[in-house]
Amino acid sequence: MSRWLSLYAVAAYSFLHLPLVVLAVFSFNSSRYTRWEGFSLVWYRAAFEDAQLGEAAVNSFLIGVAATALATIAGTLCAYGLWKRQSAWITTTLYLSLVTPEIVIGIALLAFYQWVFRFLSIQLGIHTVILAHVMFSIAYVVTVVGARLRTFDAGLEEAAMDLGATEWQAFRRVTLPQLLPGVASAALLVFITSFDDYVITSLVAGVDSETLPMVIYAMARRGFNPAVNAISTLIVFGLGVLILAGERLRES
Amino acid sequence: MTRLRAWFLAPSALLLAALFLIPLGIICAYSLMTRGPYGGVSGPWTWDNYARLPDPLYLLILWRSLLYAAISTALCVLMGFPLALFLARSGHRRNLYLALVIVPFWTSFLVRTYAWMFLLRETGLINSVLVWLGILEQPFEMLYTPFAVILGLVYGYLPFMVLPIYATLERLDRSLIEAAADLGARPLESLFRIVIPLSRPGILAGSVLVFISCLGAYLTPDLLGGGKTIMIGNLVQNQFTSARDWPFGSALSLLLMLVVMLLLMPVLRRRQEGLL
Repeated sequence: MSRWLSLYAVAAYSFLHLPLVVLAVFSFNSSRYTRWEGFSLVWYRAAFEDAQLGEAAVNSFLIGVAATALATIAGTLCAYGLWKRQSAWITTTLYLSLVTPEIVIGIALLAFYQWVFRFLSIQLGIHTVILAHVMFSIAYVVTVVGARLRTFDAGLEEAAMDLGATEWQAFRRVTLPQLLPGVASAALLVFITSFDDYVITSLVAGVDSETLPMVIYAMARRGFNPAVNAISTLIVFGLGVLILAGERLRES
Repeated sequence: MTRLRAWFLAPSALLLAALFLIPLGIICAYSLMTRGPYGGVSGPWTWDNYARLPDPLYLLILWRSLLYAAISTALCVLMGFPLALFLARSGHRRNLYLALVIVPFWTSFLVRTYAWMFLLRETGLINSVLVWLGILEQPFEMLYTPFAVILGLVYGYLPFMVLPIYATLERLDRSLIEAAADLGARPLESLFRIVIPLSRPGILAGSVLVFISCLGAYLTPDLLGGGKTIMIGNLVQNQFTSARDWPFGSALSLLLMLVVMLLLMPVLRRRQEGLL
């Protein structure tokens, strides 16, 4: 039976990976059609010279960094607070935010922003996207950092406080350093999710805050363009490296 | 401690209240209001939006969403269980094999969906190869069909099935299988009478995760499907963009959330087992 299982695994892994491999291979094709005509970097040059793609990549990066910083700080503090003592309200809300379909979160935020804008003279833009990403990322951070805290020995903090540390010092000097690998892996997770999100982002972004997924979506919709293969390959490769780094951190 | 804890919880509590609970509350309120003359919302308060839900057109879309989600979930169980079994028995290279499941899962969902557009389109690779091999006389459109949507859903959410099943299989007491073998059970027999029944919590957790993800899917039916494969997520989005009927869109999204919550009940009770 184990031989059949291994054969099956080969097929299953092919199913998971071949579409991305094929996409990557054809991003190096010199032809615009799905017929191999020789190796070329022409589509990478086209992608890099595309001003819209460049602008969107900068937006995505800025949004990713800002959302990661805010969500990681808020989520880590929250995980620590919940570890000290559970709060049914916060845990339930976090869980709810995790299972609510993206499209529902997107339209609810859109409705909320439009309602707020009646009273304040601001518009949809990068800031609304960042806030949306922070909101849906907090639950990820609390989950990852919370898992790390469950393996942490509470006695260490008590010992620090017996020796005269304040609560804050015990957290800052004893607990937080132990949590850092979990915090870093949570931050990577948030950045990846933020960088990749399309559904929520497209609903709450303004005209000047188009992100990379939004531009890719529009290009994919418009018809076949090998530059999309090139930029997609770069994204898969870049995110793949980040994911592997995150896995390493979580195991350590 | 309590004061420091309050300060620590405050940022997340505020963000969740302002950007999650209040927006959901607004959606609840909008679902009970009337569409304004220019697409906004206005009074009077009414149940009309809910009364419109049983329309045959919307019921068809709801039914289709449930059907696609059910088919995709069944396919994920069939494809995911053997893969989880392989992972649980893979020995010292287990971490590598596990990473090979997780990495494509976390790389861009949009790019993975786009990859299937590239493969399935009329001038795409699968058609080209089939024509070149002489299996097909001429290419046919595989994109924009129910087949493409279900394929995309299975591809997108298969790891959601594999990981919980793997988690239960990993904790399975191996001595039970050895005992069965000692008592004369053949491998297939012990698979069907011991391993599969004992991994039910994982299969259940995976199925619920895949089912609710498929039910709320937006991007997959949007990119791989066409007019005849619209799912409830697309309908919600459409009400908030081109149709500009926010009250009805709100009612629809609350219906979607209600179904998701009902499905999650059995899994929530098992949360203490650490599967989610």
